[in-house]
Amino acid sequence: MSAAPVPLAAASGAELLLWVAVPYVCLAVFAVGHVWRYRQDQFGWTSRTSQLLEHRWLRWGSPLFHLGAFMVIAGHVVGLAVPASWTEAVGVDEHTYHLTAVWAGSVAGVAMVAGLGMLCARRLLTRRVRLGTDRSDKVLFPLLSATVVLGIAATAAHNVFGAGYDYRSTVSVWFRGLFALQPQPEAIAGAPLLFQLHALTACLLFAAWPFTRLVHVWSAPVGYLARPYLVYRSRSGAAVPAPGGGVPRPRSGGHGSGGRRSGGRTGSRA
Amino acid sequence: MRVMAQIAMVMNLDKCIGCHTCSVTCKQTWTNRSGVEYAWFNNVETKPGVGYPRRYEDQEQWKGGWMLDRRGRLVLRSGGRVRRLLSLFSNPDLPSLEDYYEPVTYDYDNLVSAPAGPDMPVARPRSVLTGKPTSITWGANWEDGLGGAPENAGGDPNLGGDWAEKVRFEFEQTFLFHLPRLCEHCLNPACVSACPSGAMYKRVEDGIVLVDQDRCRGWRMCVTACPYKKVYVNHATGKAEKCTFCFPRIEAGQPTVCSETCVGRLRYLGLLLYDADRVGEAASTPDEKDLLDAQRGVFLDPRDPEVIAAARASGIPEDWLEAARRSPVYDLVMRYRVALPLHPEYRTLPMVWYVPPLSPVLDAVDAAGGNQDDPDHVFAAVTRLRIPLEYLAELFTAGDADVVGGVLMKLTALRSYMRERTLGEAGDEAALRAVGLTPGEAEDLHRLLAVAKYADRYVVPAAHKEDAAALTAMENRCPVESSGDPQPSDGRRVMLGIPTLRRAPASPEGDPA
Repeated sequence: MSAAPVPLAAASGAELLLWVAVPYVCLAVFAVGHVWRYRQDQFGWTSRTSQLLEHRWLRWGSPLFHLGAFMVIAGHVVGLAVPASWTEAVGVDEHTYHLTAVWAGSVAGVAMVAGLGMLCARRLLTRRVRLGTDRSDKVLFPLLSATVVLGIAATAAHNVFGAGYDYRSTVSVWFRGLFALQPQPEAIAGAPLLFQLHALTACLLFAAWPFTRLVHVWSAPVGYLARPYLVYRSRSGAAVPAPGGGVPRPRSGGHGSGGRRSGGRTGSRA
Repeated sequence: MRVMAQIAMVMNLDKCIGCHTCSVTCKQTWTNRSGVEYAWFNNVETKPGVGYPRRYEDQEQWKGGWMLDRRGRLVLRSGGRVRRLLSLFSNPDLPSLEDYYEPVTYDYDNLVSAPAGPDMPVARPRSVLTGKPTSITWGANWEDGLGGAPENAGGDPNLGGDWAEKVRFEFEQTFLFHLPRLCEHCLNPACVSACPSGAMYKRVEDGIVLVDQDRCRGWRMCVTACPYKKVYVNHATGKAEKCTFCFPRIEAGQPTVCSETCVGRLRYLGLLLYDADRVGEAASTPDEKDLLDAQRGVFLDPRDPEVIAAARASGIPEDWLEAARRSPVYDLVMRYRVALPLHPEYRTLPMVWYVPPLSPVLDAVDAAGGNQDDPDHVFAAVTRLRIPLEYLAELFTAGDADVVGGVLMKLTALRSYMRERTLGEAGDEAALRAVGLTPGEAEDLHRLLAVAKYADRYVVPAAHKEDAAALTAMENRCPVESSGDPQPSDGRRVMLGIPTLRRAPASPEGDPA
């Protein structure tokens, strides 16, 4: 912090609040909230699938949304975390970057918006799903929709149809400043309103994250690719290695199922 | 050889009257909660019939169980690991609620709160899911007693052969029997293998397959992978639930609720010892018709000294070995070989077996003008009347009608021999010899199948008290468990000075007492 006292002092109170205080508070809630939820609420930690209740909209909406989201997240990592000087150093000039970002971003954004639209539609229009919507969903869906719509609106207004706006020299600088612990609120203070709103709703989304079904993101089951098919456990909850002659396993490597014992308590907590 | 013990079940289908007491008591115990209104851990189906969920046996459609790929390797029918992860966002092979049924409740309140009027108030059905009035168009036992069979039963996936046409066209002479179904607690469970989070597991001590509710993330691949469709999504919690084999009762040495309350006394519970190292090999048997023998080959003789020694080495306690020797399931499956698995061709090596019903054959004898008490007539029927036999073979022996026929012959011979004995005659031992039974064995089998005393049907060894104490301490997640008590140096934690599980390999644990 002491490395950049001058810009912070120069920022107005509102800028400090919006672009330093709010993001840090949200990130703190994000981090502490996850620790709390993981320790307290393993039972609630789920994707909360509603495919059983409605599958026709989900069939298209969910893959579109998720695959779009993966591309959008990748785009944000490149756009926000990687400085322009780095991409230029590997031979990607501004024009190429811009062209790729606009095209790939548009495809991903449209997929994500279309998918999310279908998921929202089924949640609103299918009575079964609507009645299964809990409070956290009622926060999550509007917040996620706002963030996504504002984001794609900002891109469309400024970079697809507009004159082009280089967020990498403003918004990205602010974003990296937060994590470098050298906040630069003035970097984003001059950005167009749509970018600012997008950044703020994103902060709120991160704050809400640990308290919603979004936690299932951290449980993406990539470990499944490497574990033996059959899982044995003793009554005490300890994992037991699969017998030698068992069903094919892809690679060696045990299935580390540490975890507390709570086997099959299907009825106890609903 | 790696010996494991499994609590297994056998059901004697001839005695099932389709009263659904098992289903109802199971539901009252386990699934009378929101989110699983539609789920029946135990249900009773009428066969022929499409079953619950509809046509669940059609694995071309539902992709349950295992199959051999072109190189003869055992793979899940729903696809490999990568494909499974790619279908996380939308599982194309998941039954929808319509394939089960829309659960309803009734406007009971209207019966007492309706204003006075000329008509009797009625309780109309309402969907539990939407709260709206609905009409009931399907259920878990919709086809009870062949109800609606002319319309629906043709959809039974087991009616595949050319003989199936006859079943449909000659419905006046048709047959029916009831098939109670619950989780098979397979030796090679497809649901466990398909669970991306590793939340499903098979218990080492008793083979019960369970879902860890804290680790399930709602990826719902288990529902697709189970060929019996006995894993259910709780739509309120977003987690998978399934038959637990009433493990709290089993651990206490009591039979499951469905067994305990079975009016027909047709269920048997007992231990089977098996060689866990040979499970994969048996499930990969090339010819489907050899799977039955392959699975029997995995089971171990609890009287064989080598097996006993290996079981002791695996930490199976003495009273469990004793229970395995008294197991009615071992007798029915291995000694008398009258019990058969349900759909062995799914390659999951199921552990709930069935004594096939003689009644369809006896009905056919009657229909043909024969005498069902004359063993010759019944023998002739078993060899000639292909329709019920082929159908039973589709269910229990991957289509091998000779094996089902052999079991039915054995039951027929037993029936006629014991009938004569009961009437004070000598009994025709030639018929017994023809099916490989001695008079002593016949008496034995008769006692097990027909007299069926409670103590003979259920031989369930309790989990050990020292285990149970350790379990309770962990179940309640005692807040003082890490209060700085000295921990054993090998990293295993001892809860509150309670002995560690005795079942752990006999390594010298620090005695916490």
